[in-house]
Amino acid sequence: MPELYHYFQQLINGLTVGSTYALIAIGYTMVYGIIGMINFAHGEVYMIGSYATFIAIVGLSMMGLDSLPILMIGAFVTAMIVTSAYGYTIERVAYRPLRGSNRLIPLISAIGMSIFLQNVVLLSQDSKDKAIPNLMPGNFIFGESAMDGVVVSYMQVLIFVVTILAMLGLTLFISRSRLGRACRACAEDLKMADLLGINTNSIIALTFVIGAALAAIAAVLISMQYGVINPHIGFLAGIKAFTAAVLGGIGSIPGAMLGGLVLGVAEAFGADIFGDQYKDVVAFSLLVLVLLFRPTGILGRPEVEKV
Amino acid sequence: MTRNLRTAFFSALLVFAVAVPVFGLKLTTVGIRLEVHGSDAKTFWIIAACAVAMFFWQLLRHHAAAGWAASPNLPRIPAGAGSFLTLPSTQRTIIIGLILLALVWPFFGSRGAVDIATLILIYVMLGLGLNIVVGLAGLLDLGYVGFYAVGAYTYALLSHYYGFGFWSALPIAGAMAALFGFLLGFPVLRLRGDYLAIVTLGFGEIIRLLLRNMTDLTGGPNGISGIEKPTLFGLSFDRRAEEGMQTFHQFFGIDYSSINKVIFLYLIAVLLVLLTLFVINRLLRMPIGRAWEALREDEIACRALGMNPTVIKLSAFTLGATFAGFAGSFFAARQGLVSPESFTFIESAIILAIVVLGGMGSQLGVILAAIVMILLPELMREFSEYRMLMFGALMVLMMIWRPQGLLPMQRPHLELKR
Amino acid sequence: MSRPILEVSGLTMRFGGLLAVNGVGLTVHDKQVVSMIGPNGAGKTTVFNCLTGFYQPTDGKILLDGEAIQGLPGHKIARKGVVRTFQNVRLFKDMTAVENLLVAQHRHLNTNFLAGLLKTRAFRKSEHEAMDFAAHWLEQVNLTDIANRPAGTLAYGQQRRLEIARCMMTRPRILMLDEPAAGLNPKETEDLKALIGMLRDTHGVTVLLIEHDMKLVMSISDQIVVINQGCPLADGTPEQIRDNPDVIKAYLGEA
Repeated sequence: MPELYHYFQQLINGLTVGSTYALIAIGYTMVYGIIGMINFAHGEVYMIGSYATFIAIVGLSMMGLDSLPILMIGAFVTAMIVTSAYGYTIERVAYRPLRGSNRLIPLISAIGMSIFLQNVVLLSQDSKDKAIPNLMPGNFIFGESAMDGVVVSYMQVLIFVVTILAMLGLTLFISRSRLGRACRACAEDLKMADLLGINTNSIIALTFVIGAALAAIAAVLISMQYGVINPHIGFLAGIKAFTAAVLGGIGSIPGAMLGGLVLGVAEAFGADIFGDQYKDVVAFSLLVLVLLFRPTGILGRPEVEKV
Repeated sequence: MTRNLRTAFFSALLVFAVAVPVFGLKLTTVGIRLEVHGSDAKTFWIIAACAVAMFFWQLLRHHAAAGWAASPNLPRIPAGAGSFLTLPSTQRTIIIGLILLALVWPFFGSRGAVDIATLILIYVMLGLGLNIVVGLAGLLDLGYVGFYAVGAYTYALLSHYYGFGFWSALPIAGAMAALFGFLLGFPVLRLRGDYLAIVTLGFGEIIRLLLRNMTDLTGGPNGISGIEKPTLFGLSFDRRAEEGMQTFHQFFGIDYSSINKVIFLYLIAVLLVLLTLFVINRLLRMPIGRAWEALREDEIACRALGMNPTVIKLSAFTLGATFAGFAGSFFAARQGLVSPESFTFIESAIILAIVVLGGMGSQLGVILAAIVMILLPELMREFSEYRMLMFGALMVLMMIWRPQGLLPMQRPHLELKR
Repeated sequence: MSRPILEVSGLTMRFGGLLAVNGVGLTVHDKQVVSMIGPNGAGKTTVFNCLTGFYQPTDGKILLDGEAIQGLPGHKIARKGVVRTFQNVRLFKDMTAVENLLVAQHRHLNTNFLAGLLKTRAFRKSEHEAMDFAAHWLEQVNLTDIANRPAGTLAYGQQRRLEIARCMMTRPRILMLDEPAAGLNPKETEDLKALIGMLRDTHGVTVLLIEHDMKLVMSISDQIVVINQGCPLADGTPEQIRDNPDVIKAYLGEA
């Protein structure tokens, strides 16, 4: 049975990590779906969310309010507010003035914004790793023992639960609410939505904010699980999340969710086979392979060029 | 009025939400614990001042806009001067002048200055190479640093394992980079613009990660050191020659001076850059150069005329990679060692910034932008940690204010003579 | 009776659930002018796109001089001598008129890297000849005086003529024109008619065109193909088509 346990373990680990990728990926896919641009700075927004998380947790602890529920709620609220503010501001400052120009220009602006944000944090918070202790130690063990069974930490359970709730919430919002309907309309045909009287600027801003908030949730979960942050985590997280979005079909929210899970599992098994240091190579290679052989992703539909 | 008031409040709050967590509260490690400390009072006052300024700006924006339009126009750069600077003949004169200057001044400059100039020339070459891909053919390549790395490591490996000298390794480095360009470009170039950008970014990172992990071959994170410096027909520029070899100084009977090595490297860089400029200028006047521009303008029309877009893009991609390969091997020769950390995505971003800021497609613009981007931080040493920050901000600002770059390209037009 | 240069049978194009073209067939004989007409949205441009390789047809056979070309990509079909113009003129706007014509000759130029780099005699000769050929055609379409102006600054009628001249740079066998008379005034339409006639008679090009201008269609076509809602409706000489009751019904509705 040990091999089965081993594979299950990789699967569990992969799905956990993958669901956090999915949360960040949704930000990319929603923005791409509505204005057709890759928000290169999204990874840095996630990184800022991690710093906000740590500040909230450490700050509250210093004030003596260190019970777990308070810390978590404080972390979620702070991170979501800060990232939403950043998401909104980035859109207003770096993207809205460039709407309508050829694709290259907003992409370069996004890259510039990403570099700018990374360095803002680098300079104001310094480049060293910051660490907090594990707030939820403890595991569930299925099987004989920790060595011969599947270990699921409390943190992993929390990640599962929160991500499922978040995705459920998003899906309900998109499919049932009036704003959600407006988002879908804009994603399908921005010009038409505008002509029909929808305030497209607000909807676009809302899209960025939603993406940022979800990235914040991911930031809280991941930074609590790993306990370490530095200003450089945004780049890698961003690339992986983008890979997940493309893998699932860019523009499709269920696609982002699926892509995240697939990437997480692929990474877990890849690291198992090739060694831990090749984990990132797995992610990049998957990105390249998907774009080469199926650029529309798993759930995407092939586009036909209009001549 | 209330609408404006609400917007103003909101914007001011936004300033707080954005500034306080990042600037106002610092995470500091005290002993083994992590703590949060408030910044000094000055920072908070600055944040508050910005918030207030934003508040009033939002409130009075519309009035200000009206006032702006009514105010007398600032004196503008005379229209003639702007187009004068972008005339091909003017640019040619400027370039010739620069070349003469470049060949002469190192003999009067300090060692440090010549060294920086050599670094600038490397970036000029990289910028010109990427310019072919991004500026002329319109392909966004975010993984250009990968080809740079291939060129550098080719020379490093050839030197380390087979004792190749710089000049014999140079064409091989270019060829290897070209090969990589061809192999990577082939499957990738039919993708749409932003997908192409991300795939090339992925490739660049994969190359770096592979170089870092294949320790047996490439020396891993420490890279390869002890790479030979270039010689002048076998004359080395070291203080003492190896067995059976002579030094430059011995041969010409002059005293040893360490600056001669630096000047020699600089002159090689100038030579490589001139070669690059020559090739690119010829290409612009050849069918392939015209094909690149046509492809950039309208790919569908090109297909309808029988032009194979993938082959044309591939030629630009491969050529750009070749120049990166040359630059890479020169870089390895100058540094004496290579490691994967010199070839991160940030380098690709810097080179891209040089191309974009200079004016996509414009060679003089690229040269100017490289000089500015590399020289300015060196001159303002106190601000060196803000270098990347300014890069980022500059990229955003340039895109908003002047996306066509400092010196937008003026392609030589073919005229029909009556 | 000249031999068929283009034989299309059973051409079908499906976009997901939408059947845009359903079993269209046509036979074009060498050195003829064939017009494709039909109400808007009938699928005419889709047929063009299938014939020229911009869409991969879902089904059907396209034979160029007996050789099957369905499924080939656009540039390969263009190289076999089938070129087209577009509904919205697709000139290279920032390039001058003469440069547009030079680019189009790409396949026939000396593209040898070293030759161009070193400006060998072979290279210079090739460029010279290309320039002459371009100048010749600028004259044919009456655009010599605007040769060095950016294509985007030309008047609409001039742009249309330039686009046709550009197609001729590729020495095509079949020229497909997508609504060439759209937006032209009567005088310009007359010039267009003369131009098409000249292309067929002097240069031996087969012309296939989509058009709505019935006067032009009737006066210039050797054969007319009618398409309605993706299906073939009628096929014959202008006289036959003019009196065909199905065609009249399709255009004018039930009496």
